[in-house]
Amino acid sequence: MALLLFLALALVALLAAVGMVTSRNAVHSALFMLVNFAVYAIFYIMLNAQFLGVVQVIVYAGAIVVLFLFVVMLIGGEIGAVRSSLRRYTYAAALILGALFVAMIGLGIAQTISTDQTVAGAPAAGGVEAIGMALFTTYLLPFELASLLLLAGMVGGVARRYKALDED
Amino acid sequence: MVPITYYLILSAVIFTIGAVGVLVRRNAIMIFMCIELMLNSVNLTLVAFANQWGNLNGQIFAFIIMAVAAVEVAVGLAIVMAIVRHKDTTNVDEIHLLKW
Amino acid sequence: MNLSSLNWNSLLPELVIVATSLIVLITAVVGKVSRVDRIARGHALAVVTLIGLLIAAGLTIMQLSQPASDFMGMVQSDALSHYLNLVILLAAALAVLLAWDYLGRFTYSFSEFYSLLLLAVAGMMFLGKSTELITLFVSLEILSISLYILTGFNRHQLASAEASLKYFLLGAFASGFIVYGAALLYGDTGSTWFSDIAANASGGFLTLAGFALLLVGFAFKIAAVPFHMWTPDAYQGAPTPVTAFMSVGTKAAALVALFRVLQSAVSAPYETWAWALAILSLLTMTVGNVAALRQTSIKRLLAYSSIAQAGYMLIGLVAGTVLGLQAMLFYLFAYAFMNIGAFACASLLESDDWSELQDASMANARGLFSRQPLLATALAIFMFSLAGIPPLAGFFGKLYLFDAAIDAGWLWLALVAVINSVISAYYYMRVVVVMFMEAPDESTRVRLPIPDSAILAIVIAVLGALLLGILAGPSFASLGQAVVAWRF
Repeated sequence: MALLLFLALALVALLAAVGMVTSRNAVHSALFMLVNFAVYAIFYIMLNAQFLGVVQVIVYAGAIVVLFLFVVMLIGGEIGAVRSSLRRYTYAAALILGALFVAMIGLGIAQTISTDQTVAGAPAAGGVEAIGMALFTTYLLPFELASLLLLAGMVGGVARRYKALDED
Repeated sequence: MVPITYYLILSAVIFTIGAVGVLVRRNAIMIFMCIELMLNSVNLTLVAFANQWGNLNGQIFAFIIMAVAAVEVAVGLAIVMAIVRHKDTTNVDEIHLLKW
Repeated sequence: MNLSSLNWNSLLPELVIVATSLIVLITAVVGKVSRVDRIARGHALAVVTLIGLLIAAGLTIMQLSQPASDFMGMVQSDALSHYLNLVILLAAALAVLLAWDYLGRFTYSFSEFYSLLLLAVAGMMFLGKSTELITLFVSLEILSISLYILTGFNRHQLASAEASLKYFLLGAFASGFIVYGAALLYGDTGSTWFSDIAANASGGFLTLAGFALLLVGFAFKIAAVPFHMWTPDAYQGAPTPVTAFMSVGTKAAALVALFRVLQSAVSAPYETWAWALAILSLLTMTVGNVAALRQTSIKRLLAYSSIAQAGYMLIGLVAGTVLGLQAMLFYLFAYAFMNIGAFACASLLESDDWSELQDASMANARGLFSRQPLLATALAIFMFSLAGIPPLAGFFGKLYLFDAAIDAGWLWLALVAVINSVISAYYYMRVVVVMFMEAPDESTRVRLPIPDSAILAIVIAVLGALLLGILAGPSFASLGQAVVAWRF
């Protein structure tokens, strides 16, 4: 049952990803991205990461996709086809490289993981409490560093405001 | 139970779709979306591994990556807007004052 | 666990930098209220920044002999990170001196500039200290995000915005590879701590792929060929003080972090990585030097030269010995002085016309010696040092690096590097010839009067390049003692 659900969702995620990359219109791309992210949220819950599942919806769907859509609306969504200005061989090279990469990683993972399934301990439940405890004890330093990162992003946003504001 | 391998292969495939997208798309916004797709599939890998190992290490990593992705989007779109204000395009081929 | 059980002392220099960044932001608001003149406000912020950098440097020097590992083993303060901190702080201080006068020409957003610069410094310092993948990644992003913005800081110039976009897109792409590599390593070992990875790595596919992807990501950050495409554009388009700072700081921090990552890969034979690094180093210096040959802009020439210099520095990692590490640290110090000095001189040759690609072209330096003999001499000293001519710092830096390579059995790499140095001498000398042999004409352009802050920066850089050359033996030896005391 879970396997069937996974396969159906995986198909949706894959199609959404392909749709996003090949779409001619940036708005469509952003919507495909939203589908992809939503499927991931379900995967996280299936993988015992309930908190991340919720955060995925809030951060990605709620903030990131909206931000993308916002900018696309500002500058116009028609952005041309994939191959509009690309030489054919570059395109082929990129596809071949990608196929090789997938084959390598996929085969490697399939061979490595299936042989040592035994390592799995009790699956960690990623509820709010567990994540919160971990973030504020063991992972305090990266958590605080992430706040520095947000500060940098914020100052950066301020620094990039409109020219007109430059004269105080 | 879904084998962990399935999740890992799915995320590897989507990571690659994103990476190929970065190489074949010529629009800054599209390239940027493809990068987000890559980061997301890394998150799936991490969460799947976290489930396999039974510790929270991977989930915390994924959580931090979400924060990073959010900041990258904010800053990246600000940079794209700066280009659009100068020059009415987001096509990286038309941005060639400096050689690409 | 509670807060007081953490050893905050080991992170004191970084905390000072972060605090200074916040103080800069707050001071700007106070300054705005008090209606002080805008330029004076900018200078006040620069002074605050310099004081913060000096305090952090002082604290780092005080800690030199105290290695410490803390925050659950996520950061390691040791000789390596202390010396790295000093290189970064030096680069930042020189960049602030350059920005002192330069910044006011195109923006009034002084507080944002200095606070982002300080955040980038903090990110670099944390990057060099981190011994855990999550910390490593967040630090790397702090410095990258800050530098993306700083690169595009000149809003009057399209080239600056373009440079910022290219740097951002390729940098974010590289980040994707770094996290994927980190995720595979976590999948392999179940932990993100370098020590656990070193202990538990299977040496199988996941280990190899993980480290390979990390290597690709880091190659982007240190601008190694074939991942260097963004470098010339980002370096040429960015405001010159930013270029000077990031060409030194990012490379230094990323090289040290790469060293720490590879040290944790001991379960895989180091030779595998040494070969990958050797090829990377070979490509980087050769492509960088050959591309630099045909440049007509001094700034772009320096950008390609900095790619080539990254190739030399990688030799230290290839050797992977105490000697190699020691040589790399020494070269980083020498590079900080001579490269920032060269960019400082280049910034004085730029035109003020923001509508075009504002640039220090070779023609601007024509006959500079007869107009500004001291400036021309200083630039010549930096060029000689970058080319590796004795008795300047760059010569000894290269000597130690090549020596370390031969010592570790990489004779062919040392030979290639020597040939590369000869090639590079051609384009460095070309700048000198243009300045000294040709007659000045209407294209000769120097920004006059030369600001005092720039003179100070150039004097410091000249002294550094000279003294580090003359005192190469003793300073190299003291670096060695510190490195040996730390490990191996």
